[in-house]
Order: sequence, then structure tokens, then C-alpha cells
Amino acid sequence: MSKIIARLGLGSCGIAAGAEDVWVELKKVINDNSMPVTMEKTACIGMCFEEPVLELSGEGKPKVMLGKVESKDIKGILDGYLNDKLEYGNIILHEHEEAVHNELIANQQRIVLRNCGVIDPESLEDYEATGGYQALRKALSMKPTDIIDMVKESGLRGRGGAGFSTGMKWQFAHNAAGHKKYVVCNADEGDPGAFMDRSTLEGDPHAIIEGMIIGAYAMGADEGYLYVRAEYPMAIKHLRKAIADAEAKEYLGQNIMATGFKFELHIKEGAGAFVCGEETALMQSIEGKRGMPTIRPPFPAEAGLWGKPTNINNVESWANIPWIITHGAAEFRKFGTEKSPGTKVFALAGKIKNSGLIEVPMGMTLHDVIYKVGGGIKDDKKFKGVQLGGPSGGCVPASLLDTTVDYDSINKTGAIMGSGGMVVMDEETCMVDIARFFLNFTQNESCGKCTFCRIGTRRMLEILTRITQGKGVMEDIEKLEQLAVQIIKSSLCGLGQTAPNPVLTTLRYFKDEYIAHIVDKKCPAHSCEALVTYEIVPDKCVGCTLCARKCPVNCISGTVKQVHTIDQSKCIKCGACYTSCKFNAITKD
Amino acid sequence: MQNSRQELDAILSKFKDRHGALIPLLQEVQLLEGYLKKETMKYIADQMSISAAEIFGVATFYSMFRLKPQGKHVVRVCKGTACHVSGANVILNAIKEHLKLEGEEDTTEDTMFTVMEVACLGCCSLAPVIMIGDQTYGKLTPEAIPGVLNKIVG
Repeated sequence: MSKIIARLGLGSCGIAAGAEDVWVELKKVINDNSMPVTMEKTACIGMCFEEPVLELSGEGKPKVMLGKVESKDIKGILDGYLNDKLEYGNIILHEHEEAVHNELIANQQRIVLRNCGVIDPESLEDYEATGGYQALRKALSMKPTDIIDMVKESGLRGRGGAGFSTGMKWQFAHNAAGHKKYVVCNADEGDPGAFMDRSTLEGDPHAIIEGMIIGAYAMGADEGYLYVRAEYPMAIKHLRKAIADAEAKEYLGQNIMATGFKFELHIKEGAGAFVCGEETALMQSIEGKRGMPTIRPPFPAEAGLWGKPTNINNVESWANIPWIITHGAAEFRKFGTEKSPGTKVFALAGKIKNSGLIEVPMGMTLHDVIYKVGGGIKDDKKFKGVQLGGPSGGCVPASLLDTTVDYDSINKTGAIMGSGGMVVMDEETCMVDIARFFLNFTQNESCGKCTFCRIGTRRMLEILTRITQGKGVMEDIEKLEQLAVQIIKSSLCGLGQTAPNPVLTTLRYFKDEYIAHIVDKKCPAHSCEALVTYEIVPDKCVGCTLCARKCPVNCISGTVKQVHTIDQSKCIKCGACYTSCKFNAITKD
Repeated sequence: MQNSRQELDAILSKFKDRHGALIPLLQEVQLLEGYLKKETMKYIADQMSISAAEIFGVATFYSMFRLKPQGKHVVRVCKGTACHVSGANVILNAIKEHLKLEGEEDTTEDTMFTVMEVACLGCCSLAPVIMIGDQTYGKLTPEAIPGVLNKIVG
């Protein structure tokens, strides 16, 4: 029997799905049966919906990946694979044969995620084996200005969302006067519904670190910070180990690769403030202050951290850098569009079948992203819209699904590319409620510095809440539009300037839903609690008692074989009765 | 008490004279004492020559800092977009109902549980999600809540 490798995904999503138990069982089965199997760890390959995910490979055997693996399956899986008789109901990838998600991977182009779910993120050797730190070696033999030119030529645009040319930013920091400069990685991924950066940090920390060292060399910085959300403990753990390992091998430190170049890298844990994703607020936070944005100019490239020239890029931008240095700008430009070269990582979530992390070339249509890569809508319900760009973005309706994924096309819809959160909504999602959800978020997270952002978002939230409760009036729509314009005009930073976007886009594409709430006092999606009532149809109820047992607040009364009734005063409108009834005897209106 | 004062002093001396140290310092102090007590913040202000107002300002700005004691088990209810569209509100209501928390209350009378809403736990594919301690529970339904919480109490 030849030696085989069993590689298990142990990213945050894998662990949440029970991968740690599977790991323990793997070890036990291999030891108990003296199987010729080596166990390896990796992070998230992106198919979060299939976690825990196990990959098997070996000499003369096809590489296969299995989804939703449970401890009880392990013995059978390993026996089967070793004897070339693998039988398992959920083979998600197969090297030679048809498998459910072969196409999901084939439609992707993985540059940023090249190593995620492939290597052990805690192993420097694994990273080196894929060509890791060779880009740094190459960069250190180049002139700093040539590196900057290369990044400029690649056309890489800031993946944090704004889409400014990374090369230009580097040029500004390079040109700035002074000997002390900083580079910063913005890993304060705060958009709800977005986890691209978490997966990259967990899955390939060295790629980001290598990108930062190259950037520091090009711009003349000798110190850097990784500002990471404290809610990402595994990302922080992997980064700490990666920095220590890189220091030990002199990829970081006082004499990098014996060239005399110095660079020190620190981790700063965030403390929970969305606004710190804004670059000037982020720098305030690194300095130990309240994270409140400051006026630009001066831009960070002139006077940033502690008044010194500073360059800030996001996780995904940094992770692109080693690839660009290794393969060249022209190769990078082969992917994507003229104005938005390269790829983009998206976190697919919400009512979509294949929720997880994907990377596609820019220029793909939203339709292909959602249906070809994402597998379509969960339970084959009707697609209603897709939310792009989180609280700063907007909802794109079905009629615009042919929009291509690039900065300029998405901006035209009123949404923004953002950092890559893509939340899919179906007919059961209420768009007024979604607007309210985001306004609630930005209102909470507004730092309070600018009056219109601080008070205006609160007024918008009050209006939206009123509408979702069926207490709105038609003038509210006009008020929302007025407030939106004022907030955009009078806010200092991106948070306020984009906060009204979710309201503006839903007003633009889903105005009929606002009107239904206001005029008919109905929520077309049956989602706004105050406008929904559950009732039992006496003719259909057979008295099976299932709904009464499912009800978490015991508000359904009735005995066996008797018609049940719902006490509306106690009902929390959770819908448990509605989904559990096997006789369609409960109505929702 | 004496011990914890010594441990507190050890944290303060570690961060003395380091620039930009206030946030990591408060994070460690909170880890030590469970939350940021008023007296502790005043003590830090005296020892580190930072104004108490500045410390209080930072402590109230960031959502991770707590100014009240919290329960033995912290239940974080994810209110990210994916969880929201998958019914996070219903989950939150079921939790509050089960723990008999009313209105703005977040900690149970027996201080076993503190319930918190958090922006996004980044496990969107498992929505709706809650986290109790370090353990994540995904694909929840309101009916599953009593079972999950009862298991914690044991």
C-alpha cells in the first residue's frame, strides 16, 4: 500500500462545523489500524458550506475532496481510499471524475487564495515549498522605484473597496521626505457578512507578510503594523507564529536576506470599532486613542502614524504583491478588465447554495458569480437582490445581474465593490428591513465627530424603523432622500459618506416595497415582525400538537385531535409553528 | 486582592513608556479583572500619567471594553448580514426568552449568562450563528436554543 496524505481543513469555519472532532478521530483510526496515512492541517479552501472538508491524495491515486465529513465516516473513508474502493456520498472534488463542485473551482482564478486550503498555514516550510519568499528575494535585487513601477503597471487597485491605484499610493509614500516611514496592513475587516480577510489571514499569513516586506523595501519603511480585528483569534495566532518564523529565518529583522535591509513588524489587535477600518481612524487607534477620523490632507503618505509618512493597504492588496513580483505585471493584467485588472475575492453568504469564499477574475458578471460559482439560490427560491459592499454599499436587483464585477460597473449601480462581501437575498428578504439593518449598524458605529453622520443616521434609522412597523407615511420617503444627501455632503470620512447607500439603492430599485409597508401596511416578504401574523386554519388543523411542542414560548394551546389556537399577545413571531406544520394549517400574512 | 494588584502593576510596568500602549494595556487589564472597574481606571491614570478622561474615553469608544461585570458564560449572538437574513432576531428573542431577560437586560440574575449582540463572527455560511465562550454554534433554530443553553449549565 502506498503512502497517502489526509489533509483536513481546520479554519474557523471548519472548527465551527466540528472539524476538531474529526481530527481526533482521524488520528485514532490511523493509529489503531497502523494505516500508512500522514495527517496534515490546512485552513479554509472556501467551501465553507461543505465543512468539515477532508482531502485525500497519494501516489498513483486521484486527489479527492470530501465534504461534510463526520467522525463516524472516517474508518470507512480511509479503508476505501487505501483499497481503491472509496464509496462516499459527498465527494465534492475529484481529480479525474465528475464531482459536484469541480466546476465551482474551475470557474475561479486563485491568486490571493492560491495557498488557502492547500498548505499548512502554520508551516513556513510549506509556504517556501510553493515558492514563498522568492518574490522577496527577487524584489531585494531590484531598485525600489522599479518595484513601484511594476505595481503601477499591474494596475492593482486597493482591494479594501475604494479602488485607488496601489502603485500610486506607494509612489506617494516613497516620495515623502524623511527617514522614518511606516507600512500598515488594514485587517480590521468590519463589514458584516464579509470574511475574505479572515480566511486569507488564517490560511496564508506569510503571503501578506511577504507583501508587506516588499512594500516596505520599495517605500523605504523600516517598521510595520498589522491591525487585526480582535474577533479573529485564529488569524492573530497564525500571524504571530508566521512573524516569529520569518524572523528566525531572517526574512524579517535587522538584516533581511543578508542585504542589510531592516524591517520590523508588529501586530495591533483592534478593540471593536467599525470606523477603525477607515485609514486615519485606524492610525489613531494604533496610537492608542479613540479611533476618530481626521481631515485629509495631510494624507497618510505625508503625515500618518505619529506624524510620519505611512502607507496603508488592505489584506487582499498585500497578498497580491508577491504574485505580481514573481509573475510580472503583464501576467497579472491577463486576468480581469482593462481598468480593473486581476481577480477579486468575494465572501458569498445569505440565501445562496455554495456559501463560502471564492476568487474570480474581474469582469465576470454577477449572474455567473451567483449561479455558476455560487450554485444559485438556496432551496431554488426566487432571487431578489444581492448586497455588495456591506454598510457602505447597496443592493443590486435581478434586472442588473448582467453587471460585470469591476469597480466602475458596480459603482454605476449605486453599490460599491467594497471589500468583497456579497450577501444574496431571496423573496423572503424584506428590502426595507435590510436598509434598516444597515442604518442600525452605521448609526451604532458612527464615531460621533460629524453632526450629520451622528444625528442624521439616527433620524434615518427612526424613519426606517417606523416604516417596518407599519407606522410610516409617504413623506418619510422624501425625508430619507433629503437626509441621505445631507449626510453624504457633510461627513468627513467614508463611513458617513457612504452610510445612506443601502437606503438610496433600495429606494431606487425596491420602492414598491417601501410603498407596500407605508400604504398597505404589509410586508411583501412577510419578514417584518410587526406586520406578520400567524394563524391556525381550523379546517386544516388535525390537532397533532407538533406546533405547540415546537413553540419556544408556549403560546399555542389545544389538546390532541383538537383544533389549536395561537395566543397573539404572547407570540414572538418566530415562525417555528409555521415551518413545522405538516398540514399547511398555519398561515402567515 | 493583593495578588491582583501585583498582577495589575506587572501589566502597567510592561506598557510603561511604550507609545500607543493604552488599548493593549486595557485589553490585558480587562482579561485580568473581567471588566474595567472605575477604581482600576483611576489607578491606571495615576500610575501611567494619562488623564482619567482619556482612559474613560477609550474604554467607552471600543465595544470590546466592558464597564459592568459580566456573567460566567458570554453568549455572543451574531447580527451580521447573513445571520440577519437567516433570522438572527428570532434566535436572540428565543435566547432572551429562555434566560428570562427583559428589555435592555443583558446578564441573568444568577450571573450565569451575559448575552451580547456582535457585528459579525465571520462564519456566515453557518448562519444564524451564536458563540458561547469559544465554541461556535451554527445553523440554529429557535427550538434548538433551550437545548444549547441547558447543556452549558450542565
